[in-house]
Amino acid sequence: MTEEAGTESDILVEVRDLKVHFPIKRGILLDRVVGHVKAVDGVDLSIPRGKTYGLVGESGCGKSTLGRALLQLTPPTGGEVRFDGVELTTLPAGKLRTMRRRMQMIFQDPMSSLDPRQNIESILVEGLQTHGIGTDRDDRRRIIGETLDAVGLPRWALSRYPHEFSGGQRQRIGIARALVLGPELIVADEPVSALDVSIQAQVVNLLEELQDNLGLTYLFIAHDLAVVKHISDVVGVMYLGALVEEAPSDRLYSEPLHPYTRALMSAVPVPDPDVEDRRERILLAGDLPSPANPPAGCRFHTRCPWAQPTRCADERPALRDIGGSRVACHFAERIASGELRPHKVSVQIVRPEGEGGAPAVVSAPTEPGSYV
Amino acid sequence: MTTISGKKREKIDRLAELAGRDDERGVSLWQEAFRRLRRNPAAIVGAVILGLFLLVAIVGPFLVPHPADAQLWKGEIRDNIGYFPGPRAENWFGVDHIGRDEFSRMIIGARQTLLVGIVSTLIGLAVGSLLGGVAGAAAGLGGKWGRALDNVIMRFVDMLLAMPSLLLAISIAALLGSGLTTVMIAVGVVSVPVFARLLRGSMISQANSDYVLAATSLGVKKPKIALTHVVPNSLAPVIVQATLTLATAIIEAAALSFLGLGNNDASIPEWGVMLADAQRYLDAAPRLAVLPALAIIVTALGFTLLGEAMREALDPKLRK
Repeated sequence: MTEEAGTESDILVEVRDLKVHFPIKRGILLDRVVGHVKAVDGVDLSIPRGKTYGLVGESGCGKSTLGRALLQLTPPTGGEVRFDGVELTTLPAGKLRTMRRRMQMIFQDPMSSLDPRQNIESILVEGLQTHGIGTDRDDRRRIIGETLDAVGLPRWALSRYPHEFSGGQRQRIGIARALVLGPELIVADEPVSALDVSIQAQVVNLLEELQDNLGLTYLFIAHDLAVVKHISDVVGVMYLGALVEEAPSDRLYSEPLHPYTRALMSAVPVPDPDVEDRRERILLAGDLPSPANPPAGCRFHTRCPWAQPTRCADERPALRDIGGSRVACHFAERIASGELRPHKVSVQIVRPEGEGGAPAVVSAPTEPGSYV
Repeated sequence: MTTISGKKREKIDRLAELAGRDDERGVSLWQEAFRRLRRNPAAIVGAVILGLFLLVAIVGPFLVPHPADAQLWKGEIRDNIGYFPGPRAENWFGVDHIGRDEFSRMIIGARQTLLVGIVSTLIGLAVGSLLGGVAGAAAGLGGKWGRALDNVIMRFVDMLLAMPSLLLAISIAALLGSGLTTVMIAVGVVSVPVFARLLRGSMISQANSDYVLAATSLGVKKPKIALTHVVPNSLAPVIVQATLTLATAIIEAAALSFLGLGNNDASIPEWGVMLADAQRYLDAAPRLAVLPALAIIVTALGFTLLGEAMREALDPKLRK
């Protein structure tokens, strides 16, 4: 990770108001669209060249969809994605395919992302052939060999098949597949979540080493806060399809501003048992609301212990600059200063429209700020 | 699966040289499946049955002791008291109701049965895979227009599926007249929807897998993804189904022949026809019905055993 300042010209990826809505279809012969799942609903972010942007959030918040939409693997419903100055969303299919050489992806499950009937050489040569890299077979084999060395796999792996490797080795194969094209951007979608803890560190270190040697830019998607903190320069926190806070890694962890970020940080265990016993924990009430029917106003107000009457439910907060962080909360400053105190939250069951009766309130056994 | 072409061997050897480890070669999923198959007793039994059946069907007709349509022992038959010469040195399985050698007819019938089974399965496999493959590729990778194409194809296949198979076969036979070709087409058409739906479903599930997404992100074109990734990974259930369909095709062909829609050329015996002919003499000479029936059952069992064993070998997760 280089230490140069991220000036405007150094931005590799710029995402503006990105939206991915999946239609919900009903009907037997003719599909009728009855609603949309708003997996990603208006995300702005930019990734400086050579840096790592960490994206965290709970399952179903749309972080993987954001990564795929960024690479145009899932067509975005709206918004812009500029990669090195080129607008990707309107790029013709042929040109987009050529661009793919410069942006690659690493997947969560290394087994399912490798074709079980291809041996490793065939997996690695596929991208080279697609983009016409390498003059002949020997040249390609040389490139593949160098890539294998870079990710720490032995040469004899070439004639083997994915099921003959361990999880960590498979992930290295996945990394090699992305790397062999010489990309600038790598979207890593939970690259270590499926691995043993002992292997996680190896793979994360490998990714950092590759970044140092090759100047790669990462979008690192994960739900493991510790891993993200370790690898990222900037961290974005996603909730229900939108960014709620974005800050330099250290700052986000030491000084979370958004109530959701505070809740996330308070869930990270502390290795000191005394601190662990005394520290404040914020337990969020209820589940993530359905992205098909997100709450009006602030997406988080149904679960927010600091939610204030009417404004939070009425007005969707935009990301604002607060001392180096970008936060989507109306009351971030007043929460940070301690002026606003957390209150009890009751769980609301939000039903999709036309399904069942009025929203019911069930008991919420949480007292935010209490010592558990 | 087991034979490696010279070019491929050369490639592997060069790779092994690079690695400096000659003994380390990858085992593909097909090789692994074949290993599992060899260890399965059911597969061995099925393979032995089918091996014998193939041997009889291919070589048998050249070695039969008597011509199939010569009524050599007509004089010995006493139809009024229900006497047909039984098994003896000259006629191992006895003599049928018009004085022909039952053993020779069974052996020549094996070839007919094999022919009907294989050709009708191939018809079903070819047409069904074509329809299902196009529909599956269109639905899985083709976007909005692909889904429309898939809808058109699959509604046509649904129409085939909605018709009772035997009724469909009888209608085809009525249209084309009875005969061996009719039986093969009829039985083949009946299995078309099975193959089409199977391949389509398998392809759609593969098209949604991560490695297809990975290939897309590499920039590989969709037709190439369909042919190099989706189809090879979707074939296993189709191959299994083809083996199992061979069994049902033989039974269905026998049923059609039994109903008189099959081969009406008396010089070429067929197990289903023999069964139909024998039903009038069931009390006098039950062997005339039992033996062809047994042959049909054992052959079908052989295909079923092998098919089920292949299913287990190709997808160990399905093992009970």
